[in-house]
Amino acid sequence: MALAFVPAPVASLPWRMLWIVIALAGIGILALYSVADGQFSRWALAHSMRFTAFLGLALVLSYFRPQIFHEYAFIAFAGGILLLIMTLGLGVVRGGARSWLDLGFIRLQPSELMKPVLVLCLARFYAHVPPREIRRFSAIWPVGALLALPILLILLQPDLGTTMLIVLNTVTLMFLAGLPLRLFVGGAAAVAAALPAVYWFLLLPHQRERVLIFLNPEQDPLGAGYHLTQSKIAIGSGGLFGKGMLNGTQASGDFLPEPQTDFIFSAIAEEWGLTGGLVIIGLLFALLHWGMRVAQDARDRFDRLAAAGMTLTIFFYVAINLMMVMGLAPVVGIPLPLISYGGSAMLTCMICLGVLMAIDRSTRAARRR
Amino acid sequence: MTRRGAPFVTENNQSHVFSRRAFVLGAGQWGVAALLAGRMGYIAVAENERYASLADENRVQMRLIPPRRGIIYDRHGIPMAYNRSNFRVDLIPDQLEEPERVIPELARLLDLPPEEVERIRRELAAAAGFQPVAVAENLSMEKYAAVTLRLPELHGVSPLSAFARFYPEGPAVGHLIGYVGTPNREDYEAENRNRLLVTPGFKVGKEGLEKVTERHLRGRPGAARIEVTARGRLVRELRTLEDAEGAPLRTTIDAGLQSFAARRLGDESGSCVVMDCRTGDLLCLASMPSYDPNAFADGISRSEWQMFAEDERQPLRNKVLNSLYPPGSTIKPMVAMALLEAAIDPDERVNCPGGYQLGNRFFRCLGRHGSMNMHTAIARSCNTYFYSMGRRIGYDRIAPVARELGLGQRFDLPVVSQSFGTVPDSAWKRRRHAQNPRLIERPDWTQSDTLNASIGQGFLILNPLQLGVMAMCIAAGRKVRPRLIQGEGPRPEPLAYAPDHFEKVRRGMWEVVNGHGTAGASRLPFPDIQMCGKTGTAQVRRITGGQRGQSGAWRYRDHGLFVFFAPFERPLYAGAVVIEHGLGGARAAAPVAKDVLTYLFDKDLAMQSLTALEAQWGGTMIERMERRTAAWNASRPAGGSG
Repeated sequence: MALAFVPAPVASLPWRMLWIVIALAGIGILALYSVADGQFSRWALAHSMRFTAFLGLALVLSYFRPQIFHEYAFIAFAGGILLLIMTLGLGVVRGGARSWLDLGFIRLQPSELMKPVLVLCLARFYAHVPPREIRRFSAIWPVGALLALPILLILLQPDLGTTMLIVLNTVTLMFLAGLPLRLFVGGAAAVAAALPAVYWFLLLPHQRERVLIFLNPEQDPLGAGYHLTQSKIAIGSGGLFGKGMLNGTQASGDFLPEPQTDFIFSAIAEEWGLTGGLVIIGLLFALLHWGMRVAQDARDRFDRLAAAGMTLTIFFYVAINLMMVMGLAPVVGIPLPLISYGGSAMLTCMICLGVLMAIDRSTRAARRR
Repeated sequence: MTRRGAPFVTENNQSHVFSRRAFVLGAGQWGVAALLAGRMGYIAVAENERYASLADENRVQMRLIPPRRGIIYDRHGIPMAYNRSNFRVDLIPDQLEEPERVIPELARLLDLPPEEVERIRRELAAAAGFQPVAVAENLSMEKYAAVTLRLPELHGVSPLSAFARFYPEGPAVGHLIGYVGTPNREDYEAENRNRLLVTPGFKVGKEGLEKVTERHLRGRPGAARIEVTARGRLVRELRTLEDAEGAPLRTTIDAGLQSFAARRLGDESGSCVVMDCRTGDLLCLASMPSYDPNAFADGISRSEWQMFAEDERQPLRNKVLNSLYPPGSTIKPMVAMALLEAAIDPDERVNCPGGYQLGNRFFRCLGRHGSMNMHTAIARSCNTYFYSMGRRIGYDRIAPVARELGLGQRFDLPVVSQSFGTVPDSAWKRRRHAQNPRLIERPDWTQSDTLNASIGQGFLILNPLQLGVMAMCIAAGRKVRPRLIQGEGPRPEPLAYAPDHFEKVRRGMWEVVNGHGTAGASRLPFPDIQMCGKTGTAQVRRITGGQRGQSGAWRYRDHGLFVFFAPFERPLYAGAVVIEHGLGGARAAAPVAKDVLTYLFDKDLAMQSLTALEAQWGGTMIERMERRTAAWNASRPAGGSG
């Protein structure tokens, strides 16, 4: 519904999707305000400022032609690798991992930025694989070569969570690219078979503990199972309509750890109940649905793969974070996009959305022509 | 090389593959959404009740409110121990995150001396988790408010407005009432880890009546339902249940007399016990020197403790109950009772040539008394008479009388411990020899054992309370036993001895003070009230050569003892005074007894003479104690703090 007084560039924005994004960020701001016991300046202020800035960045990206992403994918990749190497040398240690680069105005997590960059690289690679070749080994090994360096650098930090997300994202993208189905079925079977070996030989003791606790959180409710137990208490005690804004006792009483980042969904669920939680889940998946639509509608193969890859990047954030706070996945440090406090995840998410909007714009323009 | 049978992929069907697979993925995403919604619904709705109560368990805690302790009253309803409101600050070790910042900050706010800071650090290192460590008590409102205001930045600091125990009589009631203190680990374990014991501000009795009657005095704790954060910070109080004050304890003590006796003992190391002859009510139970229980309630420093422990006058020992002395001549009235019971004619005369020859050993008397009967032998404290008569009837006929009159007995009293000494006889000696042949050289009771025991030396050792009870039994003619808690009891049974025997002995004791006796200088200053008594001098070590224990180093001097009752005609009060190393009963102990009894009949008169004495000694009890502490601190090597 284009109103007469709205200038054309503004009216041409994908408003349905933007309203969802603004609503989610608004929920995040309210939740951060409440989790800080009513202090706006503690987290909510920075969050709203970052959101505004990065949304602006996304809107700028949306005016780029997708071919530009295609062209600069490998240059961005080189830049990302450079940042990762710098992180290993100069990075800041937080929570036992050297994952952050302190740039003064922002603490950047280069491994986060690497996610959309890798999506662009993969999309470009598969856009250039001739259809005849797609079922051959030559459609697989270059991806392995491409991923080897960034994954090695991220594992050195060490950040297993991000590595897992990148691998999952890549595998899903390869699935979309049309690699033979049997590879995935066989791969899944192989992974299932290898799990015990991974558990015993590859995981560090604290990671092994996390897995055990995920399987049985009540065994150690005050020790390592504490996060999960307190998160479930927050969600469960919220009930249908919650305890009301600023009335959450789990977050304000410091029982719920990290209520501003990884466990913000639990804090919201405590205060706004199942209703609030379902609204957030609905909004997030509506956004993902829009992303998948953009991928389906795009005509160019690079556009399609890039759009799907960006959507999947956001999807894995959302799915793993929500499953974690509800006790369906082990505790790994993954924030909830747009809502959790933290700059790097927000930046990554906005880059994904910016690329998606650019592809959407180009698709619509092509149709009109 | 293309695999046989592999479909030929075109751009067109690649696009179809993408669409199909993207559709599957999109559907999968909605599947995940449904899974999440379902899971959340399950947690938030089906398990809501369980998680809601878990959330409450998290945030709502019961904080116990320490009960106010029962008040300890004297016989006239004067409080001897009560609760004063008190502002205090504690540290909770479990919640203390930055001791290096918080402790200096507290020291600055509260003006804590370095010694105290040192103590806090030491106790913090030894503390068990939730057990609070006292920072300071009896704070002024201003200092308390200063800490309360800064509470948000002082994690682990717990300010409390509570009650503190106060003992108006101070050191005078130290041993009797004891003191309270923060429960230690043993107390906590002993009470099955009762949470009350680790509640800040809660104290348990550590000594004396406070310890023995703990259950009676404690009361029931109140409880506050409070909302707290994970760090234990108070958010708000939800509901409070009042505490129930502990039951009051009504003792038989006369607070005024107790305080007077303690002051009258002055700087001597000694004790004074006074009882009501009719009921056995303990009116005073003073032991000096003493400590100030008010200071002990705050926890005393190690250097203070050391001062008490090193003092040769033993301020930490209740000398009425826990010090044993050879009673010396004070038991002669009891021996006289035994002689009468053994049908010795009280008028029979024994010549005293200055001692008594037994085989090749000469047992000394204090003088050459000449011809003595029972009356004069008591009055003049003639050893020869009692050697001679004691030997005639044998000690096995004296010991039962001694026990009947309370000697060597453990009394049913609410006290932490009693040392009850020994009333020896032949059976006892045989038993002891069997147990320890090195200490008791031969198993049979000898004549010289009888002689020694008959004048209160040898194996006979007793505590001052028992001596007082002996005097009380003789005065009342009844088997009166001491008691410390007020109550109605049956009138004590008459003793199974002839009334005129008592009369004879009492007359002898009258003569000691009011006639031709050893304590003539200690008559009461009233024409119509007369004190009766018996002096005693107990050797601290074996007499060698000319050394008689009347000179030389303080700790080798003889003890002075005195037992008494008054008035003579209708005895009301009886008791005993022991002055350690006081040289003699007449000289050191009897004057104290005289003043204490004077107090009971005329307070003003007694206070006048006490004020005069205290001026001579150089100040009141508290002033002298403070001076001693200062002198002791000054005498310690510099830098040797804590």
